[in-house]
Order: sequence, then structure tokens, then C-alpha cells
Amino acid sequence: MSTDLTIHGPGEVVVSHETHDAAHEGHHHKETFITKYVFSQDHKMICKQFLITGMIWAILGGLMSVLFRLQLGYPDSTFPWLEDILGKWAKGGKILPETYYALITMHGTVLVFFVLTGGLSGTFANFLIPLQIGARDMASPFLNMLSYWFFWMASVVMITSLFIETGPASGGWTSYPPLSALKDASLGSGAGMDFWITAMALFVVSSLLGGLNYITTILNMRTKGMSMTRLPLTIWAILFTAILGVLSFPVLLSGLILLLFDRHGGTSFYLSDIFISATQKALPNEGGSPILFQHLFWFLGHPEVYIIILPAMGLVSEVMAINSRKPIFGYMAMVGSLFAITVLAFLVWAHHMFVTGLNPFLGSVFVLLTLLIAVPSAIKVFNWLTTLWRGNIRLTPAMLFAIGFVSMFISGGLTGVFLGNSTLDIHLHDTMFIVAHFHIVMGVSAFLGMFCGVYHWFPKMYGRYLNNTMSYIHFWVTITGAYLIFWPMHYEGLAGMPRRYVDYAGWSSFRQFGDLNRFISTVAMVVFAVQLMFVFNFFYSIFKGRKVTTKNPWQANTLEWTTPIRPGHGNWPGEIPEVHRWAYDYGKDGKEFILQTEPLGADEQHH
Amino acid sequence: MSTIFLFAILLLGFVITFQIAKASEYVGILKGEKKNNEQNNRINGFLMIVFLVLGLIGVYWCNELFKGKILGKAASDHGEKIDSMLYITIAITGIVFFITQILLFWFSFKYQYSEKRKGYYFPHNNKLEMIWTVVPAIALTVLVGFGLMYWFQITGEAPKNAMQIEITGKQFSWIMRYPGADGVFGKKYYKNINDAENNALGLIWDDPNTHDDIVVGTTMYLVVNQPVKLIINSRDVIHDVGLVAFRMKMDAVPGTPTTMWFTPKYTTDEMKKMTANPDFEYEISCDQICGKGHYSMRGVVKVVSQEEFILWRAKQVSNYAQVMKDKLPATAADSVRTTAVKVDLPVKFVASTK
Repeated sequence: MSTDLTIHGPGEVVVSHETHDAAHEGHHHKETFITKYVFSQDHKMICKQFLITGMIWAILGGLMSVLFRLQLGYPDSTFPWLEDILGKWAKGGKILPETYYALITMHGTVLVFFVLTGGLSGTFANFLIPLQIGARDMASPFLNMLSYWFFWMASVVMITSLFIETGPASGGWTSYPPLSALKDASLGSGAGMDFWITAMALFVVSSLLGGLNYITTILNMRTKGMSMTRLPLTIWAILFTAILGVLSFPVLLSGLILLLFDRHGGTSFYLSDIFISATQKALPNEGGSPILFQHLFWFLGHPEVYIIILPAMGLVSEVMAINSRKPIFGYMAMVGSLFAITVLAFLVWAHHMFVTGLNPFLGSVFVLLTLLIAVPSAIKVFNWLTTLWRGNIRLTPAMLFAIGFVSMFISGGLTGVFLGNSTLDIHLHDTMFIVAHFHIVMGVSAFLGMFCGVYHWFPKMYGRYLNNTMSYIHFWVTITGAYLIFWPMHYEGLAGMPRRYVDYAGWSSFRQFGDLNRFISTVAMVVFAVQLMFVFNFFYSIFKGRKVTTKNPWQANTLEWTTPIRPGHGNWPGEIPEVHRWAYDYGKDGKEFILQTEPLGADEQHH
Repeated sequence: MSTIFLFAILLLGFVITFQIAKASEYVGILKGEKKNNEQNNRINGFLMIVFLVLGLIGVYWCNELFKGKILGKAASDHGEKIDSMLYITIAITGIVFFITQILLFWFSFKYQYSEKRKGYYFPHNNKLEMIWTVVPAIALTVLVGFGLMYWFQITGEAPKNAMQIEITGKQFSWIMRYPGADGVFGKKYYKNINDAENNALGLIWDDPNTHDDIVVGTTMYLVVNQPVKLIINSRDVIHDVGLVAFRMKMDAVPGTPTTMWFTPKYTTDEMKKMTANPDFEYEISCDQICGKGHYSMRGVVKVVSQEEFILWRAKQVSNYAQVMKDKLPATAADSVRTTAVKVDLPVKFVASTK
């Protein structure tokens, strides 16, 4: 299946790199602290920068959820220490509604974009692409560096917005206008919203620089023999993720720019017929439609959930095959289903808008396309199950997280079948059911996928292992806790309990879940504490972890395990190895594993 | 104080865990990597099956605990359709859920590492893959089929005899408008909105059709078994009319009116008896984040009999009449006469409905 392009195309580029690298072997071209750790152009360092920034964001975002869960679980209690931390935002030790809405908005934004997009894709795309396709670095290491630093700037702007007087954006992570466009309608729609838009714009730039680089590198810089069909599934997943991002993030940006015009330029893209109660004034804007924003937002917003989940699927497929000691089942079907998901991701956005007054016929088209996604998703699940079947499973921490991912993905995927059906969406839309659904299917699943990746590639990143006992505790508490938090939440949603409520006490239809809310909040805090333990384990093990003594500790086939234990900039000290087979020859012909670099035997069949 | 105590306990627990983790790592090294891995494998393989069993028990238990609290009786014909769709979906997804989760954890337990076993080289099988492409496709076709059938019934045209009511959301309450005896809503324009002068919807008084329009806040009266079509508006940001007992929901979008219709099947009093809950009310909840008061944007629907509804409506004074009555004392003598004539209209209407 190898094409001429893949064999000869990048060859010339590689040669120049090799001479360059050989000349500087040992002293790594005069690296200073700044060029090595700060403005580094080494993809492995950029990966760590994304990972650690993502972890800081995850802690902040998680902490926000602990704070608002405190309100939901204990609506009648006061916590004086909250006032110490939050000041006027928690007057008298109670989280004010404004604070609550700011917290949920930032929690959503931070976790969806800064952790599970920036942190997840940024980390593993940067780390795995050059190492697994056999390249010295990204196609443009400089753009790659810029991608991180735009992410960093976006982070700074977003964090700054937490400290301004009117507070951060608080209209939900979707920031629908008119609420987000009118500073008189909500405190958070003041300067906080401008910060939010600016940060998101910077984030989009980061994402595009990264994405273009990933696509270019995967298509052009594969080593000799690495045809597309010999790529590990991680790389396929990252490729599709990057394509999704490149095609959809600009649409979000355009939507946000129009929002900015409406906020400050007096335009009426999204505004019409508005009378603000707080100021008793009618606005001059007529003829706009807030629904336009929802179309633009969800044209990114839906692909975004696949941007989050596809890399996790890739990581899980890889780890699952390695630790089952058998090939991933149905490699081509796995690639095909990734492709199908990518295409369908662009055709389903309006299923977020069934109850906006959308034409019912149009709605029905989106029902059909949405439920179609369940087919490739089902293929993936059954292929994972078959990969486990008759394997010889090593339950390493990474493998546990991979299994946990599949469990969560099944649970969350099935509730998607409820919500994608417009008839049921009428009742379930914007209830706790959807909160439970997306937290399981893209929040928890993606996190488990990310942990799976971190546990598996940590030895390659730092030359040390994470502590096993803490890893196992981390897994079991996380998956148990995640189910305890989100499983009962579906029941709240079935009862029609709306999301984004500060307090349900005033509602005879929803207040029966007070005890349950307290339970969920308590579990959420425990799970959060255990994540802190993981963070501790991570940093502790970087310095004190058990050292890796062999090049290929997991006995895996892919190219990253042919590099030195601690690879320098350029990854391979000598020539880049040539690839002769696909990545999944585990248990073939009685051999435990066969590296991709090993030539085919005389009478051996091509996969 | 208790908070500090809590943090201290947390920290202590953490330190203990860390020490155990560190110690077990040393033990692992002493035992040898191979033996240590085998032991970890056995423990985690066992936990897989424990997790599966406890999880299944948990699912059952959770269901027992909450089944009485979730779906009260659907109080509209549409609601009943939505409930049947829900049960069909639960049945199909439920089967898939149990099969796949059980296989997942069972395989993880059964095929855990053993020195004697080798991974079975099984890269693909077209027949199997075909099966699990086609079977989900068929299952989903069934779901899409039922779903769209109900969807078009629910979102189709409202029946001719449907009562029309306009509901408008604002930060943070609901305003209802009834067309009055003429059955026609008068014109309105948002720039006419003036809360101080009791014109919350911006009705245009020059349009005579507005004169008998009844405008009330918070509570909506509906007639049992009579279809109702809601015309949904917003005065400021996007809201959403959520009617949980009727299983209905529709956004209120400023500048773009939306509609939905349904037929309430039980009066509020009947529901109080059926749910054995004397405090039962049909509630209108806002289901689209609309600002700091989003969670408190509560409205009420009173479903009553035809007679009760006529009585209720007879007591209502039109918005126009209220405004003119307020204005009356302040108005100059010469305009009193014309105003009085206008006020006359709604009075007549009230009389005629009696």
C-alpha cells in the first residue's frame, strides 16, 4: 500500500536533518535554559509544556466545579472560608448567583478548550506524531512553538478575566447572545466577555497553527516505508482531529467577531427587538437573529466534541492492542469509522438546536444524520471488545484507563441516542440528563483517554515510571466516582430538572433531589482530591520515579520505542529507522511482538 | 475550625497513601518485576469483576431508589408520546448497555495475563464487522422511525380549535397574553414597552385589537382537554418555556416568535389527587440560561375546566382598560369623554362573557 510519495518524498528532507544532527550530536546546538525549556522548538518539550499547562488548567477548572457543587449540594449552608477566598463574590459565605454562573461558564470553557483540546491534542499530537511516524520534529518547529505560546497568551487573558471587577464571562460556555452581547443584561457580559472573546481568538490561532502543522507533518514527513496504512491509530486519530479543528475553528472565530461587532460596533447580527429591564431601555437594534450565532457556534461546537474524543480513541486503541498482546481488531474499520465520524461531525450541529424554533423538517434531517454517528461508534466499541477477546491482558495503569474509557464511552454514547432523537430532546434538552451525557462521553471519557496516554508514554517522556500503587488508586477511585456522580444525574434529568440552576428549593417539580445533590457533591470532592494525588504522583515521579532501564518497556511495536531512553532533539541519534510492517504485529507467528522496523520474513504475509 | 480539621484529615490520608505507595514500590523491586506485575494483574483483574457486579447491583438499586421520583404521569397527549419513545429507547439502549459492559469487564477479567496463554492473532474478520455495522444500523433505523413519527405529530400544525396564548419571557419572569373575545392579538412593538405605564409587552393602543387583550404575569390558565397553542416571545435575552409535566419545551427568542402546541389531559386538581401531592403545580421553568435570576424564573400553569376558565377570564380586566383607568384621574376634562368610550369596550366584553 505504500505510495511513491511516502518513500521518496520526505527522504531528501530527512537527509539534511541527519547531517545536521550528526554534526551536533552530544552538545545539542548550544541550548540555554530559555531555548531548552521556555522557547523550545523541540516537539517533546512543547508537548510537556502543553501537558503541564493543561494540568494547571484542569486543577483550576476542577476546583471551580467543586465550588459550584458545594452550592448545589449544600444550598442552605454557609461557608465563611469562601468569603475569604472569593471576597464579594461569596458574601456571607454563600456563592452568589452571579458567581455561580461565572463558575459554571469558566468551568466549561476551561475544560472543553484549554484542557481537553489544548491539553490533550497539544500534548499527544506533539509528542507522538514525530516519534511514531519517524520524523526528527514537526514540519515547522517554529510554528509549533508559536502554537504553544498563543495557547499560553490565551490562558493569561482568560485567567486575567477572573480578576476584573465585573468578573469573568458568565453566560455559559456557549455564550449565546443576546445575553453575552448586552452588558446591562448580566454582570459577566461586561469586560469579562471581551476578555473571553480575546482569549478564545488567541486560542483559535494556537489551534490552527498546531493543526496545520500536525496535518503537514503526518502527510509529508513519514519515514521510509511508513505508508498511511502502516500508521498507528493514534496518528490517524490525531490527523482527523486536526482536520476537524482546521475546518471548524475559523467558523467559531467569525461568530465571535460578529459578536464583538454587536457588542461594540452597534451592529445587529444577533440582536433584535430587545428591551432591557434593568435599564428600562429599548435597544435600537432590529432585524438580527440570535439563532445565527447558535449555528456558527455549533458548527464548531459539535466537531469540538470529536476534537476532544478522537485523540482519546486513538490513544486507547494503541494502548489496548499493546497490552492485550494482540493486534487491534479491524484496523481498516477503525480508520474508516474515524473518517466517518469526522465527516458526520460537520453535518449534525443543529441537533443542539431542536427546540430553538428550528424548522421541524430540518430538525428531522439532523436526527437522521446524528443517529448515523452511532454506527461508526458501535463499530469502534465492538472492535475494542474483540481486541480484548482472547488476549493476554496486562492490566497496567494505562490499560485500566483504556478499559475505563471504553466503559464510559459506551455509557455516554448510549445516552447520546436519547438526545439525538428530537422527540426525546424536547423533554431532555437543557436538563441534568444532557449534563450527565456529555460529562460521561466527552468529559470523563476524554480524561480517561488522556490518563491512559500519560501513564503509557510517561516513561518515554521522562525516562521514569509513575508510581503504580497511586496509579491504581487513581484509576479505581476515578471510574467509580465518575459513575457515582453522573449515573444518578440521568435520573434528575429524566425528571426534567433543568441545568444551570443555582438552587432548586423553589420548585415543587425538582426539589425531590436534595439528598442526591449532596451525595453527588461529596463524591465530586473526593474524586477531585484523588486527581490532586495524580498530579502529585506526576511531578514526584518526574524526579524520583523508578528509572526506565530498557528502550521498550511495554514491548510495543511502534517507532518511539526504538529511540534512546531519553531521546534528544532529533529523536534518533543515527539514521531514522525504516518501517517494514504495520504497527500491530502482536502475537503473530508465535512471536510476542514484532517491531515495525523488522523486515518481513521470507514467507511472511503482509497484513 | 471543622474545615481546617477536614483538610488536616485529607492531608494525613494523602501522606499515608503516599507512604504505602512508596513502600509497595520497594517491595515490588525486591520481589522482582515479573512477580510484582503478575500480582498487580491478579488484583486488578479481580477488581474488574467486582466492579462489574457491584456496578450492576448499583444500577438496579439506583433505579429502585429513584423510579418514583422521575417521570410523573405525562399530563399531555404529546407527553405520552414522548414517554413511549423514551421507553422504546431505554429498552434498546439498555440491552446494548448490559451486553457490552458485561463483555468488557468479563473479558478484562477472563483474559488477564497468564504465562500459559498467548494473545490470539486475530487482526480482522469481515463477517463479524459486517454484523456489527448492520445490526446497529437496523436498531437505529427503528429509533429514527419512531422518533420522527412522533416528532412530526408533535411539531405539526396545531388543531383549528386550539386556544391561542402568547407567553413572553423577560429577565426574570413570564408574561401571558390572551387575545380577548375577538380572538385576535393586537399589534405590539418592543419600543412601546413601558413597565412604569403598565405596558409590559409594548402593545399599540391605536390598534383596536389590543383593547381586549388580557395581560397577566406568572400564571397561565388552560382548559383541560382543549388544545392550546403557545406563541412564544422574549423581551430581552433567550429564555425557554419548559413545561416538565407536559414534557414540552421551546425557546423564547427575541425578534423571532416560536410556537408549540399540546393538549393538557388533567386539571391541576386531578393531578394533585393522582400524584397524592396536595402541593402539586404545573410549573413553567426557564430552560435556557438567561442571567443571574435564571434559576428563579418560575411560572405556573393552572389547568381548569371550561367553566372555571370562563369564570376566571370574566374577572380579568384588559391591559388597555387598566392603563386607561390609571390615566383617568390625571387626564384633562375634555379627553375624559373619549377615554371613557374606549374603556367601555372591555367592560362590555366582560359582561358578554358572563
